[in-house]
Formats: sequence, C-alpha cells, structure tokens
Amino acid sequence: MQTVKMVVTGPFNAGKTEFIRSVSEIEVVATERRITDHTSRIKKETTVAMDFGRITVDSDLVLYLFGTPGQKRFDFMWEILSEGMLGFVVLVDSVRPETFREARRILDVFHNYAHTPYVVAANKQDVQDAWSPEDLRIALKVRPDIKMLPCVATDKESVKNVLLELLYRIMETAPE
Amino acid sequence: MALKGNLRDFSTTQLLNLIHLARKTGSLTIQVPAGVTTLYFREGKLVYASTGSRDGHLASVLARAGKLTEEQAKIIRTRSGTTADKELGMLLISAGHVTQQDIVLSVRGDVLDTVYGLFTWSDGIFHFEPNQLPSDDAITVPIDLENIILEGSRRVKEWERLQDELPNLNVALKFTDRPQAQLRNINLSVDEWRVISYINPRNSIKQIAQRIGMDDFQIRKIIYGLLQAGLVEMVEPEGAPPRRPPSTAMQEIVSGPPAVKRSVIRKLIDRIKRL
Ligand SMILES: Nc1nc2c(ncn2[C@@H]2O[C@H](COP(=O)(O)OP(=O)(O)OP(=O)(O)O)[C@@H](O)[C@H]2O)c(=O)[nH]1
Ligand SMILES: [Mg+2]
Repeated sequence: MQTVKMVVTGPFNAGKTEFIRSVSEIEVVATERRITDHTSRIKKETTVAMDFGRITVDSDLVLYLFGTPGQKRFDFMWEILSEGMLGFVVLVDSVRPETFREARRILDVFHNYAHTPYVVAANKQDVQDAWSPEDLRIALKVRPDIKMLPCVATDKESVKNVLLELLYRIMETAPE
Repeated sequence: MALKGNLRDFSTTQLLNLIHLARKTGSLTIQVPAGVTTLYFREGKLVYASTGSRDGHLASVLARAGKLTEEQAKIIRTRSGTTADKELGMLLISAGHVTQQDIVLSVRGDVLDTVYGLFTWSDGIFHFEPNQLPSDDAITVPIDLENIILEGSRRVKEWERLQDELPNLNVALKFTDRPQAQLRNINLSVDEWRVISYINPRNSIKQIAQRIGMDDFQIRKIIYGLLQAGLVEMVEPEGAPPRRPPSTAMQEIVSGPPAVKRSVIRKLIDRIKRL
C-alpha cells in the first residue's frame, strides 16, 4: 500500500486543525492542550504536537494530512512533518494582521528554499473583517507564481478547492 | 471586504504601498493619539487628506503656506461661512488674492504635511473604506505615492522593522518592470542614487554596502524604501552557490518532494472531488 502526505502550516490560530477536520475521515486531534500562557486570551486550546487527518483513496492508496503546531516553540516539528511530503498549504488568518509578520516569516522560508509545491490560503473569508486574498497577496509579498486562494476552513467545499489547487500544482512537477 | 488593523502590525508605509500597488480608491482612516486623520485615494493616488488636529479651511491652508496673511485668512474664514473650498478658491483667484498655482501647491503641501505627520506613529488603529471619496466641492490634488512611501521609509527609526522587512543582506536586487515604476518622477537622495547605481542581480546588498561604505542600518533603510516604493525587488544573486537552508529542518524541503507518479496524483484529485 502507498501512503502520501501533505502538510498544512500557518501561524497560531489560523485554522489548521479546522481545515484538516473538514475533510478527514478520522478524528483529527489527540494533541490539543489547554493553553496556560498569555495566548489563552485568544483561544482555549492549541495544537501542541500535530494534527493528523486521513483520506482513503482505495485499498492501495491513502493520503495523510498533517497540521503543524501553531506556536513558535514547536518549530522543530517541521523536520518530522515535512519529511517526504508531496506539497503543503500555508494557511493565513485573514482577520488578524498581528499574525501577518509570522505568516511572512513562514512564506519567506519557502520562497527561498522550497522546491516543494505549495499554495497560500487566505482563511476565515466568511468573517466580515477578513482581508481579501488580493490585499493579502501584497501585504504578505506572495509571489505572482504562487496561488493565493480564498478559504473557509469550516466549509468542506472550500477546503476541497484548496487541496485540489495544490494537487494541480503537484501534478505539474510529477513524473509520468 | 475589510482592511482593518493596527499600525503596530501593518505600518503606514506598508498601507500606502498596498494602496499604491492595488490602485485602490477609498478612504483610509487612522486614529493616533494626536487625533483622527483620513486620507483619500483615487486609483492608488493620494488626492486629499483631512485631520482633526489642524484646521483644513482653504484660507487656513493658504495662510500656513504663506500665501495669505493670518489677518486675511481670519477675515475670509468668517465671511465665507459655509462656502465650499472649490468655490472659495475661485473667488480668491478672481479677486486677485492668489493664483491657481498657489492653491494647488498649498493644498498639496498641506496634504503631504498631514501624511508625513502620520509616519511618527507606530501605534494606532486604521481602517480602509473602499470607494469613499471627499465631497465634490473639496479641492483635490492627485499625488503619486512612490515619493511619499520613500519619504516615510526615510523616517523609519526602528531597527526591528527593517530587520523584519529585510532579514537577509545576501540577496541581490533588480529593478521591477512595472511600468509605473519610473525613476525619473521620483525624488531620490544622493545616498539613494549611490545605492541605485549598484543595483544589479550580480551584487548582493551586502556587497553594495561594502562598496559604498554604509553600515547595515543605513543600507537596510534605503533598500527598505526602494522595496516599499516598488522600485526594486529581491532576487538570488547571480552566480552565487545554492543557498544552504538555515537548519536541517528544511533539508527535506530542499531535496524536493518524493517522485509520486501522475497516475497517483490523478487518483487523489478524483477522490477529493468526490468527498
Ligand atoms: N469563521 C471562521 N472561523 C474559523 C475558520 N477556520 C478556523 N476558524 C476558527 O478559528 C479558531 C482557530 O482554529 P484552529 O483550527 O484551532 O486553528 P489552528 O491553526 O489549528 O490553531 P493552533 O493549532 O492553535 O495554531 C477556531 O475557533 C476555529 O473555529 C474559518 O474559516 N472561519
Ligand atoms: Mg491546531
């Protein structure tokens, strides 16, 4: 049996867990923890190790979705999560400009080093104060050759669209 | 679609850059401790500004620019009542008090003073309202944002912000090929020109700094301005050896994705479509 994997990354609270939950056939997290530091004002639970979702294609092929932990001190997890991935999604919290700097930091790393296909998703587009994907592209300096997609992580169709766009990108570089 | 936030997270210069590149029309309201300022834009050009902290009456604007005396301005303000600026301008021109040129330059100067006043604030909430323009009887003077962005960048004092925008001095620069980015319309300082003359995909920022004897802060500040104004963009230096990733965590990404066959990707696509 073949397993393939894709990674969902992005700043704290961007919606990574929600994104994977919307399409996974299994319960996504066993790793949420209550937050005890100052970030607890933003949310009660954060992902401390990783999210883990699964989509079974057939008896020979399974796709795993991994979500990176939101807080910076878990950066080392990248090493484990990114190994052998097909591509990844960078989720941005379109509602909270205070996370844009961190989103840029993540994107910078990939602009400079990544040879792995990825797309950027402007999440929480259903919220009234959300910045538009076009504005976010400029604000986050996303290059013109990288797809910038609107996203609502709680909406399955929206998540499917992001994953499909990523797969189309992966397809371009895949061998026959 | 909103554009809201705090200058702590997205600075005035960054906002102007966004409005410039997206050629936005609308009003940007910024609330700082000194008061509320509203800037108006049409297709990415600044056309008008109003601020609570100064009197925007045309007579006052002309007095501040030295085109009317304080005494004259005072009389005009009381006599003109609710006369709109455009009409009042006409009256002043036909009465021979000022020329049209005086008015345009004075309003322009006042708008610039207002914007430059914003650059001193690094904290304050902002909010952009699309398509909102000043009233028809206001005197609007379209001003290109490139020069304003450059001026704002010259006034940046925080090292962290520059570090953030330009973490790596080993990259090179090239001129953007956007048609709007025309150097001749831009007022550059001598130091900026010196940097510009070395811009070339073969020279890293660090090399340019060494060549002209600037420290990291000086060169960062200048390049930050050029980047913000959309005049240059970062590129990998030509002929440089491939860059090492910052940590082993990125090794895997550099080595690229595993070679998964197209037929497999196609199956994944079909499956996700059916979800
Ligand atoms: N309205 C709206 N809320 C969303 C959306 N996506 C996520 N959320 C909410 O945003 C909050 C954060 O979502 P999570 O999925 O926990 O974010 P995360 O990226 O996994 O967070 P960490 O693991 O702590 O970094 C939750 O309250 C979600 O319900 C969205 O598209 N729209
Ligand atoms: Mg999470």
